[in-house]
Amino acid sequence: MTKSAALRYGGAGLLLVVLAILPFAHRSVGGLLPGPVNSPGSLQVLALMLVAAAAAITLDLMFGYTGLMSFGHALYMGFGCYATVILSNNPRLGFALGVPLAMALSVAVALLGNAAALRLTGIGFSMATLAMAQGFAIAVERGFLGSGGEVGVTFARGVLPDPLRGVLNTRNVYWLALALVVVVYVVCALLVRTHVGHVWQGIRENPLRTKVIGYNVYAYQLAAATISCTLAAMCGVVFAIVMGGANPSIAGLHYSLALVLMVVLGGRGVLWGAALGAVLYQFLNLRLPSFSSSEVITGLPKPLQIPLSQPNFLLGVAFILIILFMPGGLASIFTRRGRRAASKRDEEPATREPVLAEGAR
Amino acid sequence: MSTFLLITISGLGLGSLYFVLAAGLSVIFGLMRVLSFAHGAFLSASGFASWIVLRSFETPSTPRLLLALAVSVLTGGVVALLAEVLLIRPLKGKELEQLLATVGLGMVLVALMAGIWGPDEHLIPRPDWLTSTTSIAGAPISNSRLLLIGLAAVVLVGIQLILARTRYGLVIRAGVENSAMVSALGINVKRTFTVVFVAGGMLAGLGGGLAGTYYGGISPFLGDGMLIFSFIVLIIGGLGSINGALIASVVLGVSQSMANYYVLNGIGDVLVVGLLVATLLVRPQGLLGQKERLV
Repeated sequence: MTKSAALRYGGAGLLLVVLAILPFAHRSVGGLLPGPVNSPGSLQVLALMLVAAAAAITLDLMFGYTGLMSFGHALYMGFGCYATVILSNNPRLGFALGVPLAMALSVAVALLGNAAALRLTGIGFSMATLAMAQGFAIAVERGFLGSGGEVGVTFARGVLPDPLRGVLNTRNVYWLALALVVVVYVVCALLVRTHVGHVWQGIRENPLRTKVIGYNVYAYQLAAATISCTLAAMCGVVFAIVMGGANPSIAGLHYSLALVLMVVLGGRGVLWGAALGAVLYQFLNLRLPSFSSSEVITGLPKPLQIPLSQPNFLLGVAFILIILFMPGGLASIFTRRGRRAASKRDEEPATREPVLAEGAR
Repeated sequence: MSTFLLITISGLGLGSLYFVLAAGLSVIFGLMRVLSFAHGAFLSASGFASWIVLRSFETPSTPRLLLALAVSVLTGGVVALLAEVLLIRPLKGKELEQLLATVGLGMVLVALMAGIWGPDEHLIPRPDWLTSTTSIAGAPISNSRLLLIGLAAVVLVGIQLILARTRYGLVIRAGVENSAMVSALGINVKRTFTVVFVAGGMLAGLGGGLAGTYYGGISPFLGDGMLIFSFIVLIIGGLGSINGALIASVVLGVSQSMANYYVLNGIGDVLVVGLLVATLLVRPQGLLGQKERLV
């Protein structure tokens, strides 16, 4: 193990330990969270940030690594979420059977949905995913299949197992969300390092060339998309547990676009970058409204107050600026420095490669 | 029978709205390979522009309505011009980034509108003749539907004429085939890009003004809802094909209205997605689309 790898694993381990002991920290963090770190409100905000991070990682697997830009990732997350709640509420199934059944259905939906959408390539694929997700969003907004319409559905009384229920057990829910991130990250990180993962990245760079080499591009894409969407459904299950139910906000176009935004903000093709972007996005989205009603903002003149009170305005502007000036996302701040250090170590290949790439363009 | 006719013409009106928005997007995509997510926000912004012109009148006169439509077309054009110059042009050649930039722009505009005017719908007053009905074969058809269908027909003929008869149309058609070749021949494709993007914005603006008369109100989120259906129209019709978009918008508008009326309110919107999936499975390139060339 090289020194930098040891540093990286050590850092990740340390971060994990810190995140794991957060529920024991009885400190307030100056209005950043709704209360002290270990209060149920704060832990729920943190858990939602972790779920968003996991979902962004799954999207990065197909978007950042395989080059499949999905504008309908919320479909699979929303499906997992709704299926869990609706099936668990069925007295004959309960939570213990409802969750596995929901996951099995999610795999089927992920396989079918992507098999259809992948018949289109490039932008057509994005549009198809978007439209299918919108179909689902409309269906749940109108309350088809017992999805409860605009208010959504909640777990019936006594459905959730005791350790995950109630305000006092919010820390268990938080740990569940943390475990989700770890599982999703490890699965994705291992996958992209396998032979299959390398083929995915080849497809991202040039589908035609990969096909000519002899790989079945459609099958590899379908595998990537199905795995990614199934993992997203798993995020949906945990989302349902964190929120105690399902509501249409997780299924709509807005959430799909938010996921794309998280990945681009953090850095496409870097798993931890996607997670970073998601954590930032979700934090701003959940906390900016309370910040904008604070005196700092309400004291400002109206033309400044209106944009600052809209989280989407600030996030959208940040998103545009990132696209214009920092195409690699926030992660590129770190990776660029890492690459520079690497290029110092062995001057030849690292410096020549980018030059060649520039010339080819 | 008269109900059937009423629903059909209502559906045609809805299809006309989709077409007005989709036509602009289709030409933009054909030439620039950019699918704009911001045009929904352009539509909403233009709807608000027409609302500002009309709001102080109880029943505005017809010239006032025409003024409102002109203002909304202008608004759509100006916003699109700014977007093209400030966002799309600097990202030339990077299609994915251009698309993402329009996503961001759409978000920013919708958030701004929601911040300024609130998220709720604002009623747009209409002239008397627009809310009254004309009897066609015994069916009372709302005049706003007829206006929509008429204007969509004008847009269709206009686009076809411009594409077929003018120099710009020639450049656009050539650019759709091979824009690198066109610029190699010394034609300013950059300017054509701007013109086409702005024209698409103006069509979205017209859509905004018309959507106000169709729904009788405007909200910041109206445009995004319409945009999704326009995307579906584009895919079913074939990306980049105006005639395909025409057929698809008529089929979609009518079948959506029929299903919503005869089966269950809301099911029509889901049916549209079903049609999309069916199209993808049977004919992925869309009705009149061309198979994507690999090289």
